[in-house]
Amino acid sequence: MSQIGFADILWNLIMAAGWTVVLSLISFVGGGLLGIVLLFARIGKVSWLRVVVKIYTEVFQGTPLLMQLFLAFFGLGLLGIDVPPSLAAGTALILWTAAFLVEIWRGCVSAIAKGQWEASASLGMTYVEQMRHVILPQAFKISIPPTVGFSVQVVKGTALTSIIGFVEVTKAGTVLANATFQPFTVYGLVALIYFILCYPLSLSAKALERKMNVTHRH
Amino acid sequence: MSYQFNFDWIATYWPVFIAGIWMTIQLIVVGGIVGIALGILCAWARSEGPKWLGFITAIYVELIRNTPFLIQLFFIFYGLPALGFRMTEVQAAMLAMVINLGAYSAEIIRAGLEATPKGQVEAGASLALSPLQTFRHVVLVPALQKIWPALCSQVVIVMLGSSVVSQIAVEDLTYAANFTQSRSFRAFEAYFVSTLIYLALAIALRFALLALGDMIFATKRRATR
Repeated sequence: MSQIGFADILWNLIMAAGWTVVLSLISFVGGGLLGIVLLFARIGKVSWLRVVVKIYTEVFQGTPLLMQLFLAFFGLGLLGIDVPPSLAAGTALILWTAAFLVEIWRGCVSAIAKGQWEASASLGMTYVEQMRHVILPQAFKISIPPTVGFSVQVVKGTALTSIIGFVEVTKAGTVLANATFQPFTVYGLVALIYFILCYPLSLSAKALERKMNVTHRH
Repeated sequence: MSYQFNFDWIATYWPVFIAGIWMTIQLIVVGGIVGIALGILCAWARSEGPKWLGFITAIYVELIRNTPFLIQLFFIFYGLPALGFRMTEVQAAMLAMVINLGAYSAEIIRAGLEATPKGQVEAGASLALSPLQTFRHVVLVPALQKIWPALCSQVVIVMLGSSVVSQIAVEDLTYAANFTQSRSFRAFEAYFVSTLIYLALAIALRFALLALGDMIFATKRRATR
C-alpha cells in the first residue's frame, strides 16, 4: 500500500475545493436571482405577499442551515425522486442565501431617504418608474459592500453540505484525515483553503464599505 | 408515491429531544458568556491594548471569521489531540463556540468602543478615574449598550451554528433528530420537528437576551444619574 504524502493531500484538497467554489457560485447566483424576486414581493404593495416573504426570511434565518440541508435531502426524497447530495445541497443553499440577501437588500431600499420617494412622485413618476430610475439605482450602490460581505457566509455555508455527503473540500478533508491519521495537517490545510477563498472577499467588502463612507460624507 | 406523514414516534422518543434541547441550551449558555467575555478582551486588545497584542488579536479574528465553524470544530476535536490537547466532545464543542463567538463579538464590540467620543474618555480622566475605570464605566458599558442588538443576533447565529456539533457526537438537538430518524425511519418528520424547536429556541433566546440587555443597561443608567 502506498503512503499518502503531503503533496497528495494538498492536491486532493485543491481539486475538491473546486467543488466548493462551484457550489458557492451556484448558491450565490441562484440565491441572488431568487432574492431579487422575493425583494420585489417584500417591498411591493401586496400586503399578504410582504407577510409571506417576511415569514420566509424569519424561518430561514431562525433555523440552522444544517437542518435545512437535511429537510431538503429527505423532503425532496418524499416527492419520489432520487436525490443526489448535490441537488439537496444546491436547493437548500439557494433558499438560505435568498433569505439573507432579501433582508440585506430590503435594508438598502429602506435606507433611501423618504424625500427621494416624494421628489420622484412629485415629478409624476409611477411606482415602477420611481423604482426603476430613482430608488433601485441608489439602493443597488449601497447594497454592494454588504452583499460581497455575505458571500463569505455562503462559501463557509457550503462546508455543511459535506454532512449530507456532497464531496467538497470539507468532505475531502474528512476522508483524508481518516486515511492518513494526520488530522492536524489535513484540517489545517482545509482551514487555509477556506481562508484563501474567503479573505479576499472580506477585504474587498471592507474596502468597498470604506469607499462608500468617504463618498457619502462629501 | 403519496407519503403518509407520521408523528407517532414522538411518544417514544421525546425524552431524547428533551435531553438534546438541554445540551444545546448548556452549550449556548457557556459559549455565549465565555465567548462574549473573550470578545470584550479582544476588542480591548485591538482598540486600546499594546500594538503586538492588537496584531495577534487581528490575526485570530480574521482567521476565525474566514473559516467555517465546522472546520474549527474538527480542527479542535481531531487536530489538537495530535499536539497533546485531549478533551471530551462537549469540551471541544464549547471551546469551538467560545473561540468562534469571541472573534465575531470582538469585531462587534470594537465597533461600539470606537464610537465613543474622545471627549468622554477625557472627561473620565478629568474626574480622576484610572484608565481601567474609565474603560469599564465610560467606554465599555455604553459601547455594549449600543451594540447589544447586534451581539444578540450573533449569539443566536452561534446557537443555530451549534447544530453541527452533533458531527463530533455531542448529544445536542440535532443528534436527537439523527438518533430518532435512524430508529424510527421517519427522517423528514424528525428533522421537521427539530427545525421547529430550533426556531422556537432562536426566538426565545433573542427575546431573553434583549430583555437581559434592557435590565442590565436600565440599572446602569439609573446608577449613573
